[in-house]
Amino acid sequence: MTDDKIIKAYGDALDDGAVQVSFTLPLAAGPQAKAAAASLAEAMGLDQAEVVHMASQGAGFSFFVVYGHCHHQVDLSTLQVTELELEEMDLFEINDYIRDNIGRKLNVVAACTGTDAHTVGIDAIMNMKGYNGEYGLERYPWINAYNLGSQVDNTFLVAEARRLQADAILVSQVVTQRDVHIPNLTRLVELLEAEGIRNSVVLVAGGPRISHQLALELGYDAGFGAGTTPRQVASYIAREIVARKLGSL
Amino acid sequence: MKLQLDAGLVKECRDAARRIAEEVQAFIQNRTTVAVERTVLRLMGVNAALDDVPMANIIVEGLAARGELGLGAAYWLGNACKQLNLSPQEAAAKVAAGELDLLALPRLEPAGLRPFLHELAEPGLKRIADNRLERKRLQQKLKMGPAPLLYVIVATGDIMQDVPQAQAAAEQGADIIAVIRTTGQSLLDYVPHGATREGFGGTYATQENFRIMRRALDETGEKLGRYIMLVNYCSGLCMPEIAALGALERLDMMLNDALYGILFRDINMQRTLIDQNFSRVINAYAGIIINSGEDNYLTTADAVAEAHTVTASQFINEQLALAAGLSPWQMGLGHAFEINPDMEDGLLLEIAQAQMARQLYPDAPLKYMPPTKHMTGDIFKGYLHNSLFNLTSVLTGQGIHLLGMLTEAIHTPFIQDRYLAIENARYIMNNARHLKEELEIVPGGRMQKRASQVLAKAAELLSQVAEIGLFSALERGMFADVKRSREGGKGLQGVFMQAAEYYNPFLDNMKAKLDRGMEND
Repeated sequence: MTDDKIIKAYGDALDDGAVQVSFTLPLAAGPQAKAAAASLAEAMGLDQAEVVHMASQGAGFSFFVVYGHCHHQVDLSTLQVTELELEEMDLFEINDYIRDNIGRKLNVVAACTGTDAHTVGIDAIMNMKGYNGEYGLERYPWINAYNLGSQVDNTFLVAEARRLQADAILVSQVVTQRDVHIPNLTRLVELLEAEGIRNSVVLVAGGPRISHQLALELGYDAGFGAGTTPRQVASYIAREIVARKLGSL
Repeated sequence: MKLQLDAGLVKECRDAARRIAEEVQAFIQNRTTVAVERTVLRLMGVNAALDDVPMANIIVEGLAARGELGLGAAYWLGNACKQLNLSPQEAAAKVAAGELDLLALPRLEPAGLRPFLHELAEPGLKRIADNRLERKRLQQKLKMGPAPLLYVIVATGDIMQDVPQAQAAAEQGADIIAVIRTTGQSLLDYVPHGATREGFGGTYATQENFRIMRRALDETGEKLGRYIMLVNYCSGLCMPEIAALGALERLDMMLNDALYGILFRDINMQRTLIDQNFSRVINAYAGIIINSGEDNYLTTADAVAEAHTVTASQFINEQLALAAGLSPWQMGLGHAFEINPDMEDGLLLEIAQAQMARQLYPDAPLKYMPPTKHMTGDIFKGYLHNSLFNLTSVLTGQGIHLLGMLTEAIHTPFIQDRYLAIENARYIMNNARHLKEELEIVPGGRMQKRASQVLAKAAELLSQVAEIGLFSALERGMFADVKRSREGGKGLQGVFMQAAEYYNPFLDNMKAKLDRGMEND
């Protein structure tokens, strides 16, 4: 739409900055609460903030929908975006690639660690049946896929990774509270380093709140967000093992 | 709106499920577990802790370590109470403090001690029966919302934060509040003590936390003129203990499904089926509605291909519930709205499945779970997805309706997520309240064919399971695509054979009263 390097949110016209936000305030609904909502929106950078909806949620809480024109803008030239460059292969190509370039089956150990009980992400990548018609890693003849399930303790995961001689470790974090996934992910890296095996495995984090950038910052080799398919993960792991010459353990 | 279901096939399903349940009951009958024995002690009034270790655990672990659990914990504590003239709690405190060795006392003849054990059991039995009457009185006075009853969870980890969120949800229109448990509690082999303010993804289930939330919801219920039901999770390694604590503190509903623990928490099947039986007897006696967890199967297995496993498991759960003395109105059998929303006519399959469940268990409230597997970060689509679920629920007359959160798969619900979910459900359920009375299902049409097909597959699966038994079926991965071994999983070391003189005064009393029919049903 625009060649400018400086952009604003778009509602109905270029640079109108139109956005919608919704939030709760710990106030009973009324004129004061409404004024507080508008004031908060302005503090967020919304000009002409309009509280289009206020509703009582009971027990002294109110819900708001606010529209406004956000005066903040983004200079694209200042952004650093780290994206995983992925040469994607399909199931057959990946198997051929492992057979031809590594010559043995890869051991992939996966777990949903810490307090997280949601296995939807790891199951979508690992399960035989896969997800949305794409087979998971358990279906790959040249991969030994071990899904340890949910609420796996980091120390247990590291012990299993050792026992199974993991080439790659996949960690999933789906639903977390108060950002508990960050220290939990960091802890695994520390444990792997303490055991001296961090550099001999490909370490991958996944989940709706995981970006490649965040994964790198936490000391992982790659991060995969929502919508990732098994073949993307498998392609990455296989190529990374070859690139880092990890295959000949 | 009605499906034509083959009555002969339905009977085949029930007969097979009954055979499956009978085999399980025969296995349970002469076994006990550390959790069952702790529950007996708790019901006798042993609810204190020493340095945060529950005295029930101290006593039962002591007996188990010395190989003396076969007679049951009631015998050993009763033997001491009788001879030393102590109350169960007083005797337990002496054992915990190391001042009393239960095995060192002269041993009274077990059969002769039974009348005394009945006396010790009486106050606990009375308190639970009184709670049942009190619930009935309050529900008559305050009324309940129309079904489907709206069920939401609170999960802050801090009971003091849970209270205002639960009260707000009730004010918004929720009928049922579940305080979801902290992650991993199902794997603890003890129930923590006291009020707790730290948990992840949920709050510890403790007797004190139950009491705090019960009192708060009673207050809100009085204010709103509606009885607000309280739910917790009677699953995992402390199944019967949680049932006992819930019964003592007048909870109204309990998640209570051994199959869920076996498949999804890797709890040993022998342990948890024994635990489940006693927990269900307690729930039956306390007038608590149980919820089963078949809905979870569809979070790992495909909702279209594996729908019959849900139906088959419901039949089994129904028979196991009947064997424990539960009445149909107490059976919140689980199922879920988990078909991929991008599938053409997926809604038709959901309606067929929900309507079939409604007709198969006409007197059970049924617990209907919202979409989770196909929820993404697209909260707007998620909200719409939940709307179709809400419509299906009111159209098929479900009893217990778990509200879907638009932020499922993002975070534990914010207060506004819950508010929006309640608004959505109230709008749709009010707007389409009597639609089910105005529609007919086309004979030979898509929905009719789908229901017939699922029922036929369920019957086939049940006959296979009846052939090999439930334990073998679980070993072969016939439910939820998950395989579990008979000797594997957590908690097997807590299973014991009963001695010939074993006695559990609560189990016998409750079963006897349930068999006669609870007078206040």
